[in-house]
Amino acid sequence: MSLELFLFLVFAAVAAVSGILMITRSEVVMAALFLILNLASLAGLYLLLNAQFIAVVQVIVYAGAIMVLFLFVIMLLRPEHEKIVTKISGIRTFAFIIAALVFVQLAYVILKSHPGSALNSDVTASVNAGTVESIGTELYTNYILPFEAAGFLLLAATIGAVVLAKRKFE
Amino acid sequence: MSLLQLIGITAVKILIIFTMMMLTVSYLVYFERKISAWAQNRLGPNRVGWYGLLQPFADVFKLALKEDIVPTNANKPIHTLAPVIALFVAFTTYAVIPFGPDISLFGITIPLVVADVNIGILYVLALSSLGVYAITLAGWSSGSKYSLLGGIRSSAQMISYEVSMGFSVAGVLLFAGSLRPAAIVLSQHGWMWNALLQPIGFITFVVSAFAETNRLPFDLPEAEPELVGGFHTEYSSMKFAGFFLAEYANMIIASALIVTLYLGGWQVPYIESIGLPAGLVIAIQIISFFAKIAFLLFFFIWVRWSIPRFRYDQLMSLGWKVMFPLSLINIVWVAGLIMIFRL
Repeated sequence: MSLELFLFLVFAAVAAVSGILMITRSEVVMAALFLILNLASLAGLYLLLNAQFIAVVQVIVYAGAIMVLFLFVIMLLRPEHEKIVTKISGIRTFAFIIAALVFVQLAYVILKSHPGSALNSDVTASVNAGTVESIGTELYTNYILPFEAAGFLLLAATIGAVVLAKRKFE
Repeated sequence: MSLLQLIGITAVKILIIFTMMMLTVSYLVYFERKISAWAQNRLGPNRVGWYGLLQPFADVFKLALKEDIVPTNANKPIHTLAPVIALFVAFTTYAVIPFGPDISLFGITIPLVVADVNIGILYVLALSSLGVYAITLAGWSSGSKYSLLGGIRSSAQMISYEVSMGFSVAGVLLFAGSLRPAAIVLSQHGWMWNALLQPIGFITFVVSAFAETNRLPFDLPEAEPELVGGFHTEYSSMKFAGFFLAEYANMIIASALIVTLYLGGWQVPYIESIGLPAGLVIAIQIISFFAKIAFLLFFFIWVRWSIPRFRYDQLMSLGWKVMFPLSLINIVWVAGLIMIFRL
């Protein structure tokens, strides 16, 4: 067994188990912590796919920033004192339909793809494609318009958040 | 170089750095106490060993013998996990910081860094963003309101200062054109130190580093008069020692980062052109790296015993209204320098 296969199995197992543990915890903080573990093991999988930049950004943005905010809110709101709603009519059927749709979609993509062809492709090219340099070059040349549009959207969201927060205090 | 050689050399490097970190951390505590005594006109520890030099070992021995108390309300697994995260983050960050130039030993070229990865700086930022969890979880899992408030303060503080820290680093990256720490060091040859070329970025980075390490004047998460011991109020024995160790290890990391990013790393300006033998030059360069770190560590302690603590709202407005705009100005300044001088 090669080192890469071994690492893949470790990361994949951690990701799957932590994902299941996350949705089965009744304590919200524990669920959030398992989500962090899940995101971290996904970063490991990205590294194995030579996507170094994506891997690090996954940790910085999701594990390091967004999940901290989640934990922050959970800790301040103290959801353990809230009444736990056990039964909402129709929610299980709805959840089942959504989950089934996602499953069919994933199964379709996996069956349609040709994993062999991806493995045979040029290794150096795939390593280079994952570096910060190549992603930066792509972002500022071929994808400059979507990049700037996303930046503008985020700026608008930031200003909106500031305005909303200000109004509350006055 | 074969795989076995690579693993062996890496293991030796990890061992050397780990031993050095542990020794430096324990003596840093000693020096903190000695320097604070000097600043306050006292004697400081002087009973255990010659001039109190065995004090760190006595402290560790004492902490190991203490009872490990876990509060009834605490979430036990997370209460144990928090100091482990703190130590993990503190020790793994050092892997990407180069402490000397490449050396040749028995015909093998050995870079003096554990892992020379091309996303090194992002790796450091990623780990430091995970460091928040140690303090937040410690505060939450203790089941005490003082700990919780300390933990929440620290997450707000670290998120705020990570922003200006990231933007200050962007200025350095613009000059170096690479995320590899080794390349960043080499880009500061001669007197082209980033501290001199981009003083604003240097100041914002140093201030953010103080905030990230939770040192005075930014030690709000553990402000004693308001929050008892802050996030580690409910910690005792070796778990407390873990946080203590992590705080000092983080100081060393922060100093090493400041040296690598802004003070030329292991380089001594123009030492190669004097005509000294190559081995001596490398030795001087390695020593200069540690000397720079030692000075910064002294600076950290010096500031702690000279400046009073900020109030919480002052800390937040300093972070968002002063440091953040300054770090943006720094990026414009660096970009301007590159445009004008075609660096």
